[in-house]
Amino acid sequence: MTPFRRYAPPSPADGGRHEFLAFPRLRGKVPEGRKGVFSIFLALLLLTLPALAVEPSEMLKDSALEARAREIGRALRCVVCQNQAIDDSNAEVAHDMRRAVRERLAAGDNDEAVMAFMTARYGDYVLLKPPFKAGTLVLWLGGPLVLLVAGGALMLAARKRRAPEPPVPLTEEERARVDSLLRPRPSVEPHDHEKSAPEWRAPSA
Amino acid sequence: MNRTLFLLPLMMLIILSGFFGWSLLSGRDPASIGSVMVGRPAPPLPFADALLKSGKPVLVNFFASWCTPCLAEHPLFTRLKEREGATIIGIAWKDKPEATRAWLARLGDPFAQVGFDQDGKLALDWGLSGVPETYLIDARGIVRLHFRGPLTERDLAAILPLLRGGS
Repeated sequence: MTPFRRYAPPSPADGGRHEFLAFPRLRGKVPEGRKGVFSIFLALLLLTLPALAVEPSEMLKDSALEARAREIGRALRCVVCQNQAIDDSNAEVAHDMRRAVRERLAAGDNDEAVMAFMTARYGDYVLLKPPFKAGTLVLWLGGPLVLLVAGGALMLAARKRRAPEPPVPLTEEERARVDSLLRPRPSVEPHDHEKSAPEWRAPSA
Repeated sequence: MNRTLFLLPLMMLIILSGFFGWSLLSGRDPASIGSVMVGRPAPPLPFADALLKSGKPVLVNFFASWCTPCLAEHPLFTRLKEREGATIIGIAWKDKPEATRAWLARLGDPFAQVGFDQDGKLALDWGLSGVPETYLIDARGIVRLHFRGPLTERDLAAILPLLRGGS
């Protein structure tokens, strides 16, 4: 089916109503009274969230603590899945790390202490947002630096273009030729066949 | 100046090819996540603390009966025990004890002691990412080597001097 079609104004044959133009096959399939419900259903599909790997059995009863655990779980990298947070990963280790985060929180640790607990075991690798230090300078400043260098080069190039060298003055001979070219020509009456052409108009002046 | 600018794309190509070539040939493993355990005192091992503090270098191996790479590295541990007299502590990770015992009965048991970490809590303290992983603890109880993945013949070059030097 063709999901995207050009908008067509409602025709009287359709009862003058806009009918599922985006999904022509659904035309007439949804009963009249259900259309509102169906539209709401379609709209709700837009609100779905990516599924979490966090299992209900792992969650803490205290919703405030659980919210903090989620916050931390999004910032911690699963150590066997390259670039996935532990909250999004089904790996065994990610499951254990989520449980450890909740245990630390339940034991009264603050967020920093939980992060420190993890980096003590897995290093900075476990942080999805690496810390700013000597070893990560290139990582943090490389992008902005390239932007600065490229921006500077572009600005230099633009400035060079904006100030062109003053044109060389014309010689006497060239000036005479320019004048002759620019001088208004004697007007010429069009030929008869030109007059009959539809695009021809009599000179206004 | 303007003429040399034409060489810029070529220079960038050369730099990029150089980087890619180096990445391919230097033996660098981009998937390596490193280990912060090396150089630190070994984390506690409740069931085998005496062995860890025996004043001899010890190998600690996390394995599981369901893990195929563990099967691949198993003969190497048997050899290390028989020929080098290495003390090896085995920790079965997320494995049923009866399955572990059956596995060891079938293949031979190179471990001085076998512990069970069924819920993975112990492994977290060791910075484990999965099985198999192997640590070498020196005579003073400091982690000197940490291998992620199965041990191979090539790793012996790093292991043997430390294992012999400390005993």
